[in-house]
Amino acid sequence: MHTPVDIEASWPDAIYAQFRRVGIRQVGYVPDAGHSRLIALCCDDPHIADVVLTTEEEGVGLVAGAALGGQRAALLMQSSGVGNCINMFSLLRNCGFGCVVLVTMRGEFGEFNPWQVPMGTITEDVLRLSGFLTYRVDGADTVDDIVGAGCDMAFDGNLQVAILLSQRLIGRKQWTR
Amino acid sequence: MLDRREFVRQLLIDRGDLLVVPGLGSATYDVAAAGDHPLNFYLWGAMGGTAMIGLGLALAQPERRVAVLTGDGDLLMGLGSLATIGVKQPDNLVIVVLDNARYGETGMQPSATENGIDLVAMALACRFKHARAVTRLHEAAEVRTLLHEGKGPILVNAKIKAEDTPRVLPLRDGHAIKQRFIEALNSA
Repeated sequence: MHTPVDIEASWPDAIYAQFRRVGIRQVGYVPDAGHSRLIALCCDDPHIADVVLTTEEEGVGLVAGAALGGQRAALLMQSSGVGNCINMFSLLRNCGFGCVVLVTMRGEFGEFNPWQVPMGTITEDVLRLSGFLTYRVDGADTVDDIVGAGCDMAFDGNLQVAILLSQRLIGRKQWTR
Repeated sequence: MLDRREFVRQLLIDRGDLLVVPGLGSATYDVAAAGDHPLNFYLWGAMGGTAMIGLGLALAQPERRVAVLTGDGDLLMGLGSLATIGVKQPDNLVIVVLDNARYGETGMQPSATENGIDLVAMALACRFKHARAVTRLHEAAEVRTLLHEGKGPILVNAKIKAEDTPRVLPLRDGHAIKQRFIEALNSA
């Protein structure tokens, strides 16, 4: 029986495939429900060092160290984590370290928790002010294309690229009330 | 209490292809004073991030030795990174904290270590393989051996005198520091 690929559920696989294509060897993350499948894929890959961070700005240092040692690295975080990184981002810009940050968005479409809204609504602006190119993904069918293009710009040009995975893509967080 | 300049100078004797990441401020000046080297990644900012740069580098270059030399203020700002490093257990990473219990760049205000906060105990609690305090210059030779041969992760809490030392200013252009480092690593 033919099983159609469920593109709605498999977008993390598309990101992982891009990580493999461009040779990402270190992935730093603060866990997030939206990133859970991608984190699991990276943790299962012996070619990728998975580094669970206590706070997102640690990941900025990790990326810099990896690049000094000749490895490409990516960071996974939630929009709230972007705010934790602001000063540390200066390391990437000052030295021209290529970096891809995948940000799962909270505090936007259908957000249940108002405490996520203040950071979620300024996340993209903060990234731009910090020197990042930002790309937004709203639909599963464009994940592969946008993540691929972002990775190429980051690592071919030593640029800082952030890809914002919208709350519509990830799905609203389901709450038990 | 140690003379920081002399202690760092002795740590970096015959350094070979040791990769050195000095934290911003006095640690960067101390490492520069010991002799400029392309395998120094001098930091002038990114406070709190030095240990994590060391981790990324240690994971990327498992056959090389990585030494993070930084101040107590920098490490205290990124204490969580001790846990992060403890999880990954890089056996080629040594962190030397030049601990004067002061924020030396900003007027010698006391830091948490002045008030009994124990970085050695923290490192051990974070599953560092070895952690110790050093207070005497003759221990520098043992620390140098740890840098080159010790099974990491290791943290050395070097108790240094709180004193102003002349600034020795190395390269400040981040792109140049990075590029020089990468080229030297690739040819070493």
